[in-house]
Amino acid sequence: MTQTPVIVADAIGKSFGDFAALTDVSLSVHQSERVVVCGPSGSGKSTLIRCFNGLENHDAGTLTVDGVALSQDAPEIRQLRQDVGMVFQQFNLFPHLTVLENLMIGPLKVRKLDRAAAEATARKYLERVRIPEQADKRPAQLSGGQQQRVAIARALCMEPRVMLFDEPTSALDPEMIGEVLDVMVELAQTGMTMVVVTHEMGFARKVADRMVFMEAGRIVEISPPDTFFTAPQTDRARVFLDQILEH
Amino acid sequence: MPSFLKHLRWADWLILTVLVGAAAYVGMRLEGTLNYEWRWHLIPDYILRYREDRQEWFANLLLQGLFATLRICIYAGILAAIFGTILGVARCARNLTVRMLARTYLELLRNIPPVVIIFIFFFFLSQQLIDALNMNAWARGIARSDSAGVWEFFFGDMRRFPSLISGVLVLGLFQAAFVGEIVRAGIQSIPRGQREAARAIGMSGFQEMRYIIMPQALSKVVPPMANQFISLIKDSSIISLISVQELTYKTVELVASTRMIFEAWITTAAFYFVLCFGLSLLFRRLENRD
Repeated sequence: MTQTPVIVADAIGKSFGDFAALTDVSLSVHQSERVVVCGPSGSGKSTLIRCFNGLENHDAGTLTVDGVALSQDAPEIRQLRQDVGMVFQQFNLFPHLTVLENLMIGPLKVRKLDRAAAEATARKYLERVRIPEQADKRPAQLSGGQQQRVAIARALCMEPRVMLFDEPTSALDPEMIGEVLDVMVELAQTGMTMVVVTHEMGFARKVADRMVFMEAGRIVEISPPDTFFTAPQTDRARVFLDQILEH
Repeated sequence: MPSFLKHLRWADWLILTVLVGAAAYVGMRLEGTLNYEWRWHLIPDYILRYREDRQEWFANLLLQGLFATLRICIYAGILAAIFGTILGVARCARNLTVRMLARTYLELLRNIPPVVIIFIFFFFLSQQLIDALNMNAWARGIARSDSAGVWEFFFGDMRRFPSLISGVLVLGLFQAAFVGEIVRAGIQSIPRGQREAARAIGMSGFQEMRYIIMPQALSKVVPPMANQFISLIKDSSIISLISVQELTYKTVELVASTRMIFEAWITTAAFYFVLCFGLSLLFRRLENRD
């Protein structure tokens, strides 16, 4: 396949005051590709994917998403965010709305669907994440794993072309990680383009097309998972893998 | 013996004795030096009076004043809630000018004594507005018309309507500053993740406020808002200074004409206390219920 990549980051940088969170990062993500980003905490993984939907502004280099150069120009970035779904570590569900309303509010208010269509979309994706029976509950009544699946469904309701996951299982109790990863694996099988920041190496091995290893705001290594897990090309990736695979 | 008496220790008895002693001393001074003649029996007539000639009860000075205070507080409360919410949102706006304007309003009101603010609002704002709208003539017209009864239920004596509007405006604008601070605190208490989630599904700044932030913020600020409403009732007494005929103003009138200084003021104090304390208990109960 020789399509134009969905996301093209060309030498982007981002600083918070004196701290360089990203330095000279270049990465392309193609249609239907699954990229897993890993690295020690503070290495800029989250900042990188938050740049991909404009939650952070990169301050150097160029970033093109879906063929459009990313700027902070309001109408354009709103259009872009509809095509790029985001799942957060802390779920960030809307606590004052029911599960169904959480899923419907985007389609209703942003995509301007009518009520029936928005509800149909919401129920479809709630089915997809396997919790249709929780539709009328409030987020606070659900377990962490269920909440995160609702958050995934909420992002999917916008019918995005790319899904970004920012450490989706890091805030979960261990017994709930599996159910969220299962949903993500299924999503990968449907051909969704995904960029996932995670420490779940089992998941990475299973679905990743490419592994991206970051450290101190730079991309240190990009390789296919087979190579990455068995024979990492850089020492730093090897040290990192030793540390997290030990357990 | 009631149970609470058993819990009193010698220190409690000492404090109570000193207090009773002090009260007795003040009472004796009043009796002895002022030679004050208590006329409590006259007070009920100034609240509710039976008119022999028309065979009906009517609200006299103090009750009229209480009704006026209630009306003014309800309208001023609504005005303060609306304007205060706008101020609170403006305080969190991305636009610097908007933010600074809201901040300036708050700091002016916070750092000038209420009485001075009341006079400034009255002379510079409500008087001008009332003249510009020719409200005096309009209200007199209503007072003479057939539908005067309905209007009077909502606004009291229509000939005093412009003064009521002044009171509501002045009090509402004054309280709005504090309501604004409450709303701002409510908005800022919503975690950042909520804004990010709203933005991540493509919401505009307005939609984010309208559908995500405000519904959560407003439900959080209900308890402090209820307390602010009680403050508003207490503060409403200062608009007697601009001749709005509410409870305090009526009490001044009553004292001037009857010289029942202590009886009248104690009665008025009791009215305010029962009203404010009652509301405070009510709000607390409502709060605990959910």
